[in-house]
Amino acid sequence: MTQRRVPYLILAPGLILLILFLVLPLISTIFPTFFNGGFTFSNYTSFFLDEYNFGIFWRTIKISLIATLICVVLGVPTAYYISQSPKKWRGLLMSVTLFPLLTNSVVRSFAWITILGQDGMLNNALMNIGLLSKPLTMLYTEFAIVIGSVYLFLPLMVITLVGILENIDSEIMEAAETLGANRLIAFVKVILPLSVPGIIVGSILVFTGSLTAYTTPQLLGGNRNIMLATFLYQNATALGNWQGASVIALIMIVATLIVMKLFSWIAGRMDKRGEASA
Amino acid sequence: MRKNIGLKIFAGLVFAFLLVPLLIIIVTSFGTNTTIQFPIKGFTLEWYSKVFNNEAFMDSFFLSLQVAFIATLLALIIGVPAAYSLARHRVFGRNWIKSFFLSPTIVPGLVVGYAMYQFIVIKFQFPIIQGLFLGHFLICLPYVIRVVGSTIEQLDFSIEEVSWTLGCTKLQAFIKVVLPNITSGIFASFMLAFINSFNNIPVSQFLSGPGVTMLPTSLMNYIEYNYDPSVSALSVILMLGTIVLMYVIEKTLGLASIS
Repeated sequence: MTQRRVPYLILAPGLILLILFLVLPLISTIFPTFFNGGFTFSNYTSFFLDEYNFGIFWRTIKISLIATLICVVLGVPTAYYISQSPKKWRGLLMSVTLFPLLTNSVVRSFAWITILGQDGMLNNALMNIGLLSKPLTMLYTEFAIVIGSVYLFLPLMVITLVGILENIDSEIMEAAETLGANRLIAFVKVILPLSVPGIIVGSILVFTGSLTAYTTPQLLGGNRNIMLATFLYQNATALGNWQGASVIALIMIVATLIVMKLFSWIAGRMDKRGEASA
Repeated sequence: MRKNIGLKIFAGLVFAFLLVPLLIIIVTSFGTNTTIQFPIKGFTLEWYSKVFNNEAFMDSFFLSLQVAFIATLLALIIGVPAAYSLARHRVFGRNWIKSFFLSPTIVPGLVVGYAMYQFIVIKFQFPIIQGLFLGHFLICLPYVIRVVGSTIEQLDFSIEEVSWTLGCTKLQAFIKVVLPNITSGIFASFMLAFINSFNNIPVSQFLSGPGVTMLPTSLMNYIEYNYDPSVSALSVILMLGTIVLMYVIEKTLGLASIS
């Protein structure tokens, strides 16, 4: 009989630590946001009805969506290129992709400060060749956050896609070309559909990553372009509004879960369509 | 295979996009100007000595190393047996428990840090440093469960059965037969967990206080008020650390094992 309990004894320490230091803290932080005399959603309805708050929420969704789209557009061909390279090159190209991913995100955001700043590299270069007469404001804009997020998450998208595309038989492209498709059409009609599972997984990573990112909007967005994570931090520290911070915390968790479910649902539907047409 | 020129150029531009910003940082770290400039005017190593003489940087560097190391170790001690149990034992609600173990990756890091700060530091008056260790343990655990779990699933179950038949107890079999066969998975998860804990900002953002600041947070605070090449120099040092780790992983497991 004691044999049966062994697995639970082995799992217990991890489960207890998770409950004590993740679940209970979350519950104790978020639970009070539903009570104001009695049970109420008013904290949440008033968050979304407030124009300023909703603006921040919408900006976060918008930036995450744009960053995800750019990562797909840049990621699919790049991953395809890596997966089709000879073996010895592939290792090198994968390390080039992994290197930024393993480098600290503060360093990666900082790189874009030096490029996009008022006296940054890009402005100086554009003025030197005479394309600009005075520097453009690129840093501390939504544009800067998008670039920073793409830079942060593109490697994740590429690596996820390479894993999928490596398993695609290269003869399938040759077959498509032999049958008269030109390369671009063959890519769009053959490779793209086959990489959908990778695109979905990669998009979940990029979207939820940008949705909850703190470093990038903090360093590249400035005070005007606040996103959910920086808003949470601001509420909790500068504004001392713990209730508000907790409301944002739950919104971030729920948004993450919705995105994951939604993307998986899309993937499921696409799978079924594939089966039906096959 | 014939190469498509268009694709080659496209991929080349993407790789340039990934690498050039980091190369610019490397160049600016040697500049003589007191603000960051590119291209640089003169050459100096002064900023590197500035970094090593900056107490805040050095203290937070050692704190980061310590936290990442201990959190990863704790995650291994608790996670490896748990991953084994999930892979081998008949456990009620196995998939639920597994997702529960992976759940710290679903909750946004800043929220994890915020909730822990509220609950552990404010409510129960734990020292911040303990919250920091626990928060980073939460970051590390999913990597151990996932990577070690899949290594165990790929391990041939019959070698364990043989060792039982030959008289090993279950515990002896786990230590003498299973552990030596999953060292690569343990090492890979150690590396992943360590790197992610060391680089993590959101979780530690709330869990910091006087004398308790992790390196990325301390670098971020510095950037908000300063714009001198010592930031570039510290970034280069961190990149060198990344390269060393990547080299070690490549030589031992191959980079493919962590991607």
